[in-house]
Amino acid sequence: MTPADVSAITLTLKLAGLTTVLLLLIGTPIAWWLAHTPSRLKSVVGAVVALPLVLPPTVLGFYLLLLMGPKGLVGQTTQALGIGLLPFTFAGLVVASVLYSMPFVVQPLRNAFEAIGSRPIEVAATLRAGPWDRFRSVVLPLARPGFITASILGFAHTVGEFGVILMIGGNIPERTRVLSVAIYDHVEAMEYTQAHWLAGGMVLFSFLVLLALHALNGKTRVL
Amino acid sequence: MSSDGSVRIAFSLQHPGFSMQVDLVLPGRGITALFGRSGSGKTSCLRVVAGLQAAQGVRVQVGDEAWQDDARGVRLPTHRRPLGYVFQEASLFPHLSVRDNLEYGMRRVAAAERRVEMAQAVQWLGLSALIDRRPEGLSGGERQRVAIGRALLASPRLLLMDEPLSALDLASRAAILPYLQRLHAELSIPVLYVSHAIDEVARLADHTVVLDAGRVVASGPTARVLNETGDLLPLGEENGVLIEAVVGLHDGAYHLSRLDFAGGHLWVTRVDIAVGGHVRARVLARDVSVALSPASDSSIANLLPARVLSMQEEGPDRVLLRLEADGGTPLLARITRRSRDQLGLAAGMAVIAQVKSVALAA
Repeated sequence: MTPADVSAITLTLKLAGLTTVLLLLIGTPIAWWLAHTPSRLKSVVGAVVALPLVLPPTVLGFYLLLLMGPKGLVGQTTQALGIGLLPFTFAGLVVASVLYSMPFVVQPLRNAFEAIGSRPIEVAATLRAGPWDRFRSVVLPLARPGFITASILGFAHTVGEFGVILMIGGNIPERTRVLSVAIYDHVEAMEYTQAHWLAGGMVLFSFLVLLALHALNGKTRVL
Repeated sequence: MSSDGSVRIAFSLQHPGFSMQVDLVLPGRGITALFGRSGSGKTSCLRVVAGLQAAQGVRVQVGDEAWQDDARGVRLPTHRRPLGYVFQEASLFPHLSVRDNLEYGMRRVAAAERRVEMAQAVQWLGLSALIDRRPEGLSGGERQRVAIGRALLASPRLLLMDEPLSALDLASRAAILPYLQRLHAELSIPVLYVSHAIDEVARLADHTVVLDAGRVVASGPTARVLNETGDLLPLGEENGVLIEAVVGLHDGAYHLSRLDFAGGHLWVTRVDIAVGGHVRARVLARDVSVALSPASDSSIANLLPARVLSMQEEGPDRVLLRLEADGGTPLLARITRRSRDQLGLAAGMAVIAQVKSVALAA
């Protein structure tokens, strides 16, 4: 494995890890809202969140590129804030990955919250638990399998992302050249041995993660 | 005005196809039954009191504490209301052991404000063998006992119970009722008990509120309410009267006890209550027949001289007689229309009520 391959692996793990953490933080309130709101906006928001499931990644990447570019709304804002432009940066990849992997985190969480229902939360309220206390002591433990599923899917989906990255990240070593792009490059250059090392490593890694999580989650089904 | 500890509940609810209007002042101790057929608004009433359901013009006052007074903009969230709530299904937290379930509310009450000890609750509800188990391993009756204990350990000032026995089979119900009666005797906090089972109400409640289609049709001492508003209730075969009596004497030789009440007495299978002790007896209309003269050749031992107040036809074959025994005790008798005609019964006539069986309610 070349040093470039190693850096692609670390970059990928960094991207997927950060994306998963951010998605759990952002996705939990969205999933909670979707599971409990009586609002009519529910189906609209649900559809927007699920959009990356059906859109070709290149379409999503194309619009993100425009939006975050010098003439886009987000691009102008980030420039005004002194952050600069996001395309072709690691930060840009994180933003794109969060959007792209959102449904894979929100959906399992929403299912988990809906399965819990409102009764245990009401019971906790009649036993003096305030809103945050109820979430921590009742919802989190009961939704644990949902959180584990959401984390795996969010992480794995980000690791496997390719089209969006190409569109907005290009292929800059050390900065935006992630594993899937590196594998593509090796195959393009007919370097099948290197491609095997990376691709085979991915297969083994994915398998081990799933195995560990199944063991961790005990009887409950993860996926 | 409520310094006597009484509970004031007022609110109105408007839903498509259902409206509700309640304004009640209930005693600050003992068990108050909210009784009515399903859909009468009993559960909504409890949920409004607990702050789990929104309504208009809500006023909930327990003793001198206002939990909610919309007119003054006061509304405590549920977790700040010192209440206990026992739901129809036990709803134990599945991720916690029985002990952790019991301690859930207790831990959230300051030590100085705790009024029920763990040891007490465990003893009252017979929980010692269950304490280290998981909720999924318990029977329905055991779960409901844990849920009651969990609610009590939060040291409530008002205990709300929403048909706590209705999800249980007959055997579990029979097993848990004595625990509820014991709590009634030991606890000083008021209890609002929702039920559609007349036997539970007759057995447990001191005060009864009858709800029908979102309106309060009666509110008062249980015996009076059940005897006076029986016609309004969905009782069917369970229609009858509740008689407050004291144990007059025991007949050891025949294993019988005599229950005395205003204007008469009833013999029943020996009860486990000392002479002078208070009992409630339920006499169902289907267990009462009438005769024009006291029969000396009948096996029925309980004969009460009474007067016919009114007669009401129930279906093509049956008649419900409203009787008044000497001393003013009300009785109901269900007889056939043919018997009525053969005996030539009419309002005002003197008859002998023959009571075939008596159910003890307390």
